[in-house]
Order: sequence, then C-alpha cells, then structure tokens
Amino acid sequence: MPEYKVKFEVFEGPLDLLLYLIKKEEVDIYEVNLTRLATQFIEYIETMRLLDLEIAGEFLVMASTLMYIKSRELLPVEQQVQVEGEDDGDDPRWELIRQLVEYKKFKDAAGSLQVLEARQEDVFPRVPGKLEFASDAPAPRPDVSIFDLVSAVNSVLKRFNRPEDLRDIFEDKWSVSEKIEHLMRALSERLRMKFSELFEGVTSRSEVVVTFLALLELIRLKQLTVVQLEAFGEIEVCRVVQAAVVAPEGAGAAKSE
Amino acid sequence: MELKYILEAVLFSAQKPMSLKELRDVFATAPEHAEADEAARGLKKVKEGELTAALEQLVKEHEDAQRSYRLACVAGSWQFVTQPEYAPWLKALVGHRLRPPRLSQPALETLAIIAYRQPIMRAEIEQVRGVTIDGVMQTLVERGLVEQVGRAEVVGRPMTYGTTSLFLEYFGLRSLEDLPVADELRRIVVQKPESLVTTEPGLATVAPEQLALPSEPPSAEPKPEKTKAPKQDSATKA
Repeated sequence: MPEYKVKFEVFEGPLDLLLYLIKKEEVDIYEVNLTRLATQFIEYIETMRLLDLEIAGEFLVMASTLMYIKSRELLPVEQQVQVEGEDDGDDPRWELIRQLVEYKKFKDAAGSLQVLEARQEDVFPRVPGKLEFASDAPAPRPDVSIFDLVSAVNSVLKRFNRPEDLRDIFEDKWSVSEKIEHLMRALSERLRMKFSELFEGVTSRSEVVVTFLALLELIRLKQLTVVQLEAFGEIEVCRVVQAAVVAPEGAGAAKSE
Repeated sequence: MELKYILEAVLFSAQKPMSLKELRDVFATAPEHAEADEAARGLKKVKEGELTAALEQLVKEHEDAQRSYRLACVAGSWQFVTQPEYAPWLKALVGHRLRPPRLSQPALETLAIIAYRQPIMRAEIEQVRGVTIDGVMQTLVERGLVEQVGRAEVVGRPMTYGTTSLFLEYFGLRSLEDLPVADELRRIVVQKPESLVTTEPGLATVAPEQLALPSEPPSAEPKPEKTKAPKQDSATKA
C-alpha cells in the first residue's frame, strides 16, 4: 500500500453516495440520468476495491440494481422485456428515484433537527438543573452482588492460609460492633476506600471474618455502600451521605440482627 | 387580577416545567391560601383552554417587548427560558449546561424518520435509509430519545418504535406537531413525474414506452411534473 494519504469520501450507505453524485451533477433527482449515475456509482465501488476498502453489502445490492436499470436502458426498445402486468410499482427506476427523494427529505429534516439541537444548547431554563438529563443517567453500574463480596473476602482470607497462622488459637479479640465503629471511623475522613484497604492491619482469619460481618451490617443499615467500577474489578466501599441519617445510637451498642 | 399575570407569577416561581393540569391544580387550591379573596375563588375552576389562551397572550407580549426570557412550552409543559442569543453570558454565569454529545448525521436521519413516521418498524426505517441501523438504534434508545411503542400487526410481530418526551425536550419541541414540515414528511408523497429521463441522449435506443417520451430531440425533453418544492422548503423552514 502506498504511504501517501488518500482523501476519500466514505459514505454511510448507497443512498448517501447516490445523493452525493446527483448533487455533484447539479441536477434534480427527477431529472437525473440514471444510466450515468449507475456508471459513476459502479466506478466508485471499483475505486473502493482498489483502495482495499471494505464494501458494505448494501452498496453491492445497489450496484446490482443500478446495473439492472442500466442494462434495461441499453437494450433497443423492441428487445426490452416488457413484463406483462409490470405496473409502476415494479419499475426499478421509479422505485430508486422514489427512494432517493424520500431519503433526501429526511436528510433535510435531520438538518432541521440539528439546528434545533444546537439552539437548545443555548437555551437556559428559569430553574437551573432542569433539563439536565445528561447527569441523570450515568453509565449503569451493576450492583455489587453478594457473590462479588464473598469472592473479594475470599481472596483476603487466602492471605491467611499460611502455616504460622495455625498456632493462633487465642480467643477473638474483635467483636462485630467494635469493627463497625472502626470501619465508620476509617471512612469518616475519606468517603471511599478500596475493599482491600479495609483489611490492611488485619492479623488473623477471624479478624477478617469479623471485619467482613461488620461491613455487611453497615451495608444493611445503609451506612455504607459498595460499588464495582468494572466487572470483577476492585470493589470500593463508600460512606452513604444523607441529609437525615437514621443510624443506630452508638456503634458500640449495636447488636448483630 | 388578570389570569395571564397570575400565570406569569406562578411560572416564575415554579420549580419545574408545569403542565396545564398542574397549573389547573394550582388554581384549584389557591383559594385555600387566600382568605376571602374574590379573585382566587373566581379562578378556582379555570379551564385548560383559558389557560392556554392566557399563556399564548403572554408569549406574544414577551415577544413584542423583546424579552430576553420568555415562556416556552416543551413536551407539553410550560417554563421560562432565556433566548439563545444570551447564551455566552449565561454560560459564563452557570457554566456549560450538561448536554450529551451532539448526535451524528446518521443518528439524526434515523431519528427524523422515526419522529415523522412513528410507530415504525426497524425494517421500514432501514428501507428509507438504505442501510442497517443497529448501532444507531442502540444509541438512540440508550439516550432515551426513542423507545419501543408496540408491535406491528404483521407476521413475526416485529417491534415498532416511536420518540419519547425526552426527544421533545432535547429539541425544544412543544409536541410532535411542531416538527418542521410535519405534514409533508408524514406521508409517503412522492409524485411520479410524467416522464423519467433515464437514457443517455446519445444512445441509439429510445426509452421504453412506459416513459411516454414524445419523440423530440433530447434538448427539448419535456420537464417532468415534479413536486420539487419540498427540498427547498425544509431547508428554509428550520
């Protein structure tokens, strides 16, 4: 392939290309010379082939329609197949022109819509915030399911599958309510934390479990929420900020329900 | 107490665009907030038609006074909005309004077809545009501009699509009636001209009889009957 840049118009579809060719000829759609149009269209397809560009199926269908039309025109009138009962609706020339006219109308309508679209960008309503539907529909993030949480805690637990942990048979130092307090404190300075960060200072499997239970309880109480920015990615724990917080009094007294 | 100025005050303070029904509710409950106010009681049962008339009067007044902020009815609800000419200063004031990126040409064309021809099947849309529209349709649905509105009564019961109220808001349209050149684009009106010129003037053959070309030299080919107007109209009507 040569290195120089080829400036080549790429069209959405065959109708686009036909309208472009017609416009270049500066004729009315009704007056267009379909035979010449067919030739130009097919030349275009050939050029695409030469440039190794992918040709959508619709272009080839249109090319064959045009070739059919062109071939009909080239026959002497006596030899032209007059299909019995071929009414206006079956005339491929007419069908093509009709299609082009219709498409052109909608293209123009699209242009009008574009003007309206641009105008609306400059229109500000009395109460700002209205009509800002853009921010109302953020990319939907799948809710973190319990399975995601379990597999996340599983990977944390794996860290403790080391032989030296087997000797740790002292009683649990941690209660769920203490861990709840701990988590809330950790998330008071920063609104978000990575799931893995919750377990940073943890020294035993049982501590992991207790921490995890505390997390679940806080999620249930709607004090915290979890999000996952990408599928199977890192889970983030966020504090729920509400105007009126209905929280149980004193985390220390919290009982696990 | 003029109805229209009450409406002006209400819409001035409204927290959101107000539909005619919501405005009527305001009038219905106003007497509760005004002891012995004749005006409030008098207007308690105001009709939607009266509201519309008063609102239209306001619109005209604002226009005549060249108000920089006027009443607009979008998707059937009324709200004060600024005129687009003042956008630079307003953008400086409130920052750029969050708008999704502008729609691409194919998206706009597909949207136009749906808007004018709804309810419409996917196959019918593709027939007009001459290409498949899967990607574009997904964009339009995701943006909330089109939605499924039913199923066609044909074999396979394919889905039909239509535009949403968000579509109206996005383009600042009062209703589907406000679409530019609506009447014309709704119907498949393409007049078949008397004769189609499809032959190369220099070719030996003549056009088939269907064209009914009189046997004159090519330069004197009769101009076909055509509804040429639409092309220009829709461009200027915007």
